[in-house]
Amino acid sequence: MATNLANREFSEGLPAGPATARAGFDVQKVRADFPALQQTVHGWPLVYLDNAATAQKPRSVIHALEQFYCEDCSNIHRGVHELSERATECYECSRGKVQRWLNAREAAEIVFVRGTTEAINLVAYAYGHKFISAGDEVIISAMEHHSNIVPWQLLGDATGAKLRVIPMTDSGELRLEEYEKLLGPKTKLVAVAHVSNALGTVNPVKQMVAMAHRYGVPVLIDGAQAAPHIKVDVQELGADFYAFSGHKLYAPTGTGVLYGRRELLDKMPPYQGGGDMISSVSFERTTYNRLPYKFEAGTPNIAGVIGLGAAIDYLEKLGMENTAAYERELLAYAHRRISAIPGVRIIGTAAQKAGVISFLIGDIHPHDIGTILDQEGIAIRAGHHCAQPVMARFGIPATARASFAFYNTYAEVDRLAEGIEKVREVFA
Amino acid sequence: MPNLRELYQELILEHSKHPRNYRVLEGATHTVEGFNPLCGDHFTIYLETDGEVIRNITFQGSGCAISKSSASVMTQVLKGKTKAEAENLFHRFHDLVTGKARDNSVEALGKLAVFSGVSEFPVRVKCATLAWHALHEALAGKSAGVTTE
Repeated sequence: MATNLANREFSEGLPAGPATARAGFDVQKVRADFPALQQTVHGWPLVYLDNAATAQKPRSVIHALEQFYCEDCSNIHRGVHELSERATECYECSRGKVQRWLNAREAAEIVFVRGTTEAINLVAYAYGHKFISAGDEVIISAMEHHSNIVPWQLLGDATGAKLRVIPMTDSGELRLEEYEKLLGPKTKLVAVAHVSNALGTVNPVKQMVAMAHRYGVPVLIDGAQAAPHIKVDVQELGADFYAFSGHKLYAPTGTGVLYGRRELLDKMPPYQGGGDMISSVSFERTTYNRLPYKFEAGTPNIAGVIGLGAAIDYLEKLGMENTAAYERELLAYAHRRISAIPGVRIIGTAAQKAGVISFLIGDIHPHDIGTILDQEGIAIRAGHHCAQPVMARFGIPATARASFAFYNTYAEVDRLAEGIEKVREVFA
Repeated sequence: MPNLRELYQELILEHSKHPRNYRVLEGATHTVEGFNPLCGDHFTIYLETDGEVIRNITFQGSGCAISKSSASVMTQVLKGKTKAEAENLFHRFHDLVTGKARDNSVEALGKLAVFSGVSEFPVRVKCATLAWHALHEALAGKSAGVTTE
């Protein structure tokens, strides 16, 4: 079968595993930092393989939240008192951490939002409504999450702009020659996932940005699934906008980041009106605050953003080069182990993958797979993963998805493989 | 894994692999769709009624083992029943899978009792009741389709 061949190619030349430690990275030591991983579920030690939905939080992130609420709880950018000063400093300190983490030119290019979804909606609204109109085109890809489809459809409904979609191959890779054909004078924006949440494909976004820039077209990269696995450098990628979610990056829920090039952010009108985003307000005239506050109306998720800063500190301590290398080997091992089970079909067999294995077992419905694995203490996701066009492309209603973090082990991959055998047994 | 065996009873697995009355019904008086957008389960229920009596009932579609077998058993159980009896069974089946049924009423449900294990799996209640909700809508004279989410 073609899929199995692709799987073999993917894992060729990689270590046979199982191993629990590699140079510079001790997974058991890392696991001890995550309280949620220390529990049993249905009598089994938890195997958490739903990291693409949200990641567990290290103790240092939980501690940052506790410290904020126990000691520094206050609003930011307005109080003259000590607590407000502390809260403001911690909040802005996180912005600096994110700036350095993404290698943005300046902290003013970092806008805090609720998550990737809000970041994309912000661009679709503030950039889209100003610079995109009837007859213009926005290019997305066939493997986008609904959150990088629907905001552009809403923009299209409001402006008459059209959506164009880059197709993909059977292995789940974008067809760049088709992308090239879609680019043209009508193209006003390209919005594409760095890593597919449903397939795990790592898209060649640097090349795709360069192609768009030849037409003077800005590019938004949806980095929700990439930021936890790949060291992102927005200047090296040439990204005009880069969006990611804090909660998938081991930070609290309700945090996210929109990076935007100053030149573009400056030209965009505010997204929401309210406090903090203004310089002065009268009933005749309001002037807006400078970047990035122009896009941060209202009291933000202060504690969450401080937690995001703690998560970045934690990741920097581990070293992204270490976690990424470990994750690559773990994913290759999982690919090899899972695809060797009779009846298993892996959906998404691109040469470059990160974090995700989507699979089917014979004609067993993914929901049944999810329920049986859960009884074994293994958490995966079953469904369409908010990517229904991807499911339609492969002619399937849903998949089972195991998604990995650096705290997952080879032994947990073995547990997943045994769980899949159990599923086959129940449905034998 | 006692819970799992209670959920995936032999009869349920057997019906999911070999669903009964799995076809389009020529001459159906009611056609209604049941759709769970969360997991993609999608069934069409065909009914042929004669006055108050369900003369025939069939279904087609795709879904998990629980939703498919539930639809299959439902068609077996309801053939020849009156609309009032079907409505009554709908409510009793709902009580069964949500853990509200009393012991003595479970026995009276006959073959439907195999779905009692669903009550231990709250997220799967929607799977077990999808076809029943569609039936309920059809009997109420609606044909636009139902969703369970």
